[in-house]
This record gives sequence, C-alpha cells and structure tokens, in this order.
Amino acid sequence: MIAQASNLVNTVNNTFYFIVGVSVFFLVIITFCMVYFVIRYSRKRNPKATNIHGNVPLEIAWTVIPTLIALVMFWYGWTDYKLESSPPADTYNIGVTGQMWQWRFQYPNGLEMDSLYLPLNKDVKVSITSKDVNHSFFIPAFRVKKDAIPGRTNIAWFRPEKEGVYNFFCAEYCGMRHSYMITKAIVLPLNDFNSYINNRFAAMKTSQANDSIKAAQHDTTKSTQHK
Amino acid sequence: MNDDAAIAANGHVSFLDYQGKYKGIRAWILSTDHKRIGIMYLFALITFFAIGVTFGFLIRLELLTPGKTIVEPQVYNEFFTLHGVIMIFLFVIPGIPAVFGNFFLPIMIGAKDVAFPRLNLLSWYLYVTGGILIIVSIIMPGGPADTGWTFYIPYSVRTTTNVIATGTAAFLLGFSSILTGLNFITTIHRLRAPGMAWFKMPLFAWSLYATAWIQVLATPIIGITLLLIIVERVFGVGLFDPALGGDPILYQHLFWIYSHPAVYIMIVPAMGVISEIIPVFARRTIFGYKFIAFSSLGIALFGSLVWGHHMFAVGMSDAGQFVFSFLTFMVAIPSAIKVFNWTATLYKGSISLDPPMLYALAFIFLFSIGGFTGLIQGALSVDIHLTDTSFIVGHFHYVMFGGTGMGVFAALHYWLPKMFGRMYNMKRAKVAFWIIFVGFNTLYFPMFVMGWLGMPRRYYDYLPEYTVYHQIATVGSWILIIGMGIMFTNLIRGILKGNVVTEKNIWGGETLEWATDTPPIHENFEEIPLVTGTPYEYKQNDIEELPEEVIH
Repeated sequence: MIAQASNLVNTVNNTFYFIVGVSVFFLVIITFCMVYFVIRYSRKRNPKATNIHGNVPLEIAWTVIPTLIALVMFWYGWTDYKLESSPPADTYNIGVTGQMWQWRFQYPNGLEMDSLYLPLNKDVKVSITSKDVNHSFFIPAFRVKKDAIPGRTNIAWFRPEKEGVYNFFCAEYCGMRHSYMITKAIVLPLNDFNSYINNRFAAMKTSQANDSIKAAQHDTTKSTQHK
Repeated sequence: MNDDAAIAANGHVSFLDYQGKYKGIRAWILSTDHKRIGIMYLFALITFFAIGVTFGFLIRLELLTPGKTIVEPQVYNEFFTLHGVIMIFLFVIPGIPAVFGNFFLPIMIGAKDVAFPRLNLLSWYLYVTGGILIIVSIIMPGGPADTGWTFYIPYSVRTTTNVIATGTAAFLLGFSSILTGLNFITTIHRLRAPGMAWFKMPLFAWSLYATAWIQVLATPIIGITLLLIIVERVFGVGLFDPALGGDPILYQHLFWIYSHPAVYIMIVPAMGVISEIIPVFARRTIFGYKFIAFSSLGIALFGSLVWGHHMFAVGMSDAGQFVFSFLTFMVAIPSAIKVFNWTATLYKGSISLDPPMLYALAFIFLFSIGGFTGLIQGALSVDIHLTDTSFIVGHFHYVMFGGTGMGVFAALHYWLPKMFGRMYNMKRAKVAFWIIFVGFNTLYFPMFVMGWLGMPRRYYDYLPEYTVYHQIATVGSWILIIGMGIMFTNLIRGILKGNVVTEKNIWGGETLEWATDTPPIHENFEEIPLVTGTPYEYKQNDIEELPEEVIH
C-alpha cells in the first residue's frame, strides 16, 4: 500500500478511486455484453443473424451519459488541482534545485542539504528549478509532482501530515543516472525539525569557518613558500 | 511493354505472378502497384517490429532484478530509446495504413491503384531509408540516442549520442507518412468507383481518411521541430536550450502538437480494421455506421487539441491546464461511441470465433482498459501523481499494443489469405492468440499497480518494494514473446506452404476486396464494379461456410 502522508492525499485518492470505480463498472458491462453475445449468438445457437442498422435514441444515450460522467470526472480533477496550485499565504519555503544527478534543498536560514527535511503539519511551499536538464520533483506519499526546468521556477505546496521517511524520486528522464537521482523526504515534528535545521546550520557554519581558516592557512603557506 | 500490352499478354493473372517491365527482385522494388508496395511495407514492418520486440525484451530482462541484471545504465537508456523510436516511428504509425491501407484501400473503394503510385513507391523508400538510418545509428560512433523517443531538450542537446541521426530518420519517416496521407486523401476523393457515395464507403476507408488528414496536417510540425533541434545542436542557435537563451517548454509544446495527434494516427486505422471484422464474423450489418464514421472525424478533430495533457506537471497556466484536461475528457467520447457500437453489432449476430474475430474482441477489451486508464490520467490532480510513472507506460501499451498491435494482428489473420492466396493453420492461430492475451496482461497490468505506488518510468534501477511487480511483468514478456513467435511462425508458414485458397470470399465479407480474385489480379478488377448498396448489408445471410479443407 502506498503511504498517505500529506493534505493532498485524500482529494487525489478520492478522485482516483471514483474514476477507477466508474471505469471498472463500465468495463464489466462492456465485457459482460461482449462475452454474453458471443455465447448467446454463436453461429451454432443462432445460425441466422438479425440485421439492426442502429438506434438513434440509444446512440444519443450512450453519447450524452458518458459525456456527463466525464464532466464530473473532469470537475473533480480540476477542483483538486485548484487546491494543489494555490498555496496558502503563510508557508514555510524551501528551495529545490535538481542537477545531474542529485537534489539540493535550500532552507530559509541558508542551510543547504541533499535530503528534504520537512516540518510536520506545516504548510510547505517549494520553489523548484534545475541547473542543467529537466528533472521532476516527485514524492509519491504526498501525491506531489512538479518538473524542475532550467531557467524557470515552478511552485508546489503540501502539508506533511505524518511523521516518517518517504521516497523522493526524480520523475523526468535526465540521462544516465536518472534512476539514482533519488533521496528521502523526512518529516519531523516541528520542534525536532527546527532544532535539526538549526544544528545542521551551525555545523555547516563551523565547517565552513574551519574550511576558510584552513584555506587561509594554505594560502599563507603557499605564499611563504613562494617568497 | 506498355500496360495494355502487358495485360493482354498476362490475361487476368494474380498480381503476384504479373509480368511487367521488370523481372525478379526489380519487379518488386520498382513496382508502383499498390499491392506490391503494401507487401514490401509488410515485410519491412515485420522486420522492424522484430527488432523493436527484441529491445522490449531486453528492457524487461534488465528490470528482472534491482541493480544490474544484464547491462549498464547507459545501455539500458539506449534500449528504451530504440524500443520507443522503432515501435512508434517504424511500426505503429505506418503499420496499418502503409500495409493494409495500401493494399486494400484502392480495392475497397473500387479503384485500380492509389492516386499517385510513384509517390507511393517514394514513400516506401523514405520509410526504409529512415528505418535503416535508425538501425545504423546503433553502430555509429557515439552510440544510439539515449534521450527517450521524446527527445526532450535540454538533455537531447547535451547528450553525445547520435541524436542527429535519429532525428533525421524521424524527419524522413515523417515525410513518408505525409506522402501516404496525401495519397489516400486524393485517392478517396477522386477514385471511388461509380455509385460509391461517401456513406457507402467501408468504415476502414473512413478511418484511413480521418487518419490521412492528421498525417498531412500534424506531421510537418514534428519535421520542423526536429530540424530546429539539429539547427540548435549544429549552429548553437538558442531556441529551446536555456543555456543558449531558449525555452525548453516551447520544445515540449511543439513535440506534442504532433505527437498527440500521432497517437490517433496510430489507433484510428486499427479502429477501422475492427469495424470491418466485427460485422463479417457476426454476419450482420454494423450497428451505427454513421456514428462510427463520424466518430473517426471527431477523434481527428478533438485529438489535435489535447496535446497539453502530456505536460500537466511542467508548470502551465491554470487556464491551460483547465482547457487541456477538459478536452481530454471530451476526446474519450468518440472512442466510447465506437466501443458501444461494436458491442451492439454483436447483438443478434451469428458469431463465429475465427482468429481475426478473437483479435478484434481482444482489441475492444484491451483498448477499453487503455481508454479508461486514459480517463484516470485526464483528471488533473490524479495525473500530477501518475505522470512519468509506469502507470502511463501501462496505459499507452494497452492503447498502442492492445489497440493498434491487436488491430495489426487481426488484420494479418483477416487479410493475409486474400493477399497471398494461402491459408494459415487456424488451430495454431487460436492457441497463439490465447498465449498472447495472457502474456500481454501479465506484462502490462502490473505497471498500473506499481505506477500508482510511485514507480517512475525510464528507471534502470528501482527500490526493493517494486521488485515483485517488475518480476511479474518480465515473466509476462516471455509469455507474450512465445505467443507472438507461434503466431508469426504460423502466418509465415501459411504464406509459404499453407493450403491454397482460390475462393474469392473466404470469410463472407461484403466489401469489395471479397469480390476480386484471391489473390487479387493486377489492377484489382476485371471491370470497375458498380456499387449499389452499403458495405454491410447481409441481406441473404446465406453465405456458405468456409470449406473444411481450407481450415485444416
């Protein structure tokens, strides 16, 4: 069973199961008629066929009824989509950059990571772009997908509603290691999330500082040697 | 020797024995006879199909286990690109029009040939050249394209593989397709036999007519787009690649403006085949002739306006998403009308389950699954989850293979005896059918399940939770290939060594191809027939049973 971990899951699932249900219903009717007619009107049982050229009321019925049903399906898909495409005003914003073949996530405090840490029950808005070719941001457990396209920023939003670790895939073919461009989306309770982000940020700062000290020392040594 | 003299010398001989200006192989490769060109297409097509199947088999074999099974990721990516390019451009697009359209359209409307026989031969040469170029690209330095058959930019501008060779091939194949379409439109307008009004045409001719308009109107767009890719790669002009200031989304629009209508180029002729076969084997008139005829045109029209549904995740405007999703649901209606009319044609028929009919019924069932899963993806929110997963791979294989592929198989079993004057083994054909049917569903149905569970498409490797579905699918591919092996062996044996058929009308059809000799004579008819009735009258319902010695 596929995990259900965001606010978008129910709407997408309901529309999916509605259309699947209607489809199975009609498929069963069509298949049943086909099999029944083939048996009932086999050449052995019914050596002489009856010519029926058509029936206009029937044609109208099976044009109009499927059209109405299709309209309902369309409307469900559209209203869900309106929800998906309208982020609320107050969101936690994360930048997402795809590049062959890894993902980078930028947090508001400047932290950059290659796993997507998310706060539980908070509306998250992601701004998705790419550095090279097309990629796609896809978290099946959230029912969210949006392409990462160079030169353009796409927006998606969702609210993680269940703690846990979820698969994160690249869904747009991007070359040799496309199938390895996967990572994890990790949903933590808000407090844990905040302290994790802050700790990681502090660690990043320290290591950056260390790196720059080292680099400075390196430069000094180099320049001394040069002299 | 001019034609009149040739006919005088030959009498009314089969087109297979006809002696024209040329002898031997040249009597085929220089022939402008639509029937010979149809047969040349058939052999080229089956060859390319076999190569496409091989790559499909290798894809499934690689996916048998997570991680490496047989090849490295780069090779796998080339496999699925070749599989897609060969199957789409060399098998499903030309398939039915080029083989059966060429052979039977002129006969069915009572003509001696197509309107432009020389253009017809030229389109065969373009097709074969394009095909060979694709095959040659496999061994050229740099290797075959690894972009997928969609050639999405920017990746296709950056890869070092032979995208230009493949693009040039697709360009040539596009020309071949346009010329065939042009030929059929003119043929249908100008060469119908006396008395054959539009609504007395067989439905196969209607489906080819609708298809031909899509071929002529939509194909130039892909031709120009592929040229633009070559311009961008070779001269560095920034059209689509953002690194050069271009827009990758523009490419996707141009690509799908052709490639979605192309889906209907693939399926509508198969629908025409089914519309022929069902009344013949139900031995009664078709239900709702005009509705089936007009629904082909409806598909051609609406089908040209729904390309954006391939791009619901790229970030189109809400208005764009709304319109494309709405029209996608509307294009389902003409297809549904066809399915209902075919099913109603079985009602009170006198049905015999010969191999062509089995494939036609399988078409209805499998195409319906393909259509319903299309509705599932037409819904915006659901498509966002499903697009670029194996759900879509399952969907288009149900439509393209379950639809068009079964249409080709049905047409082969229906018309090959007419084309070659020899019969295949009926029992073996039925056995092959059931193996194919089981293998097909075992192969493609698990793709819906794993797609819903989030398995992305074009993945070389996958997470362990998807293993079981991949393994069922791979086993399905083996069953399917065994079935097709039996089917093709049986058909080829039938053509070469099968029982000779001399009856004009082996199945009891009422369209004009069953009024000519088997195999048809050169120029099709001793005299051009005068058409009085519609093609599916079955007034007497007293056609003789197929003679026993032909069947066994």
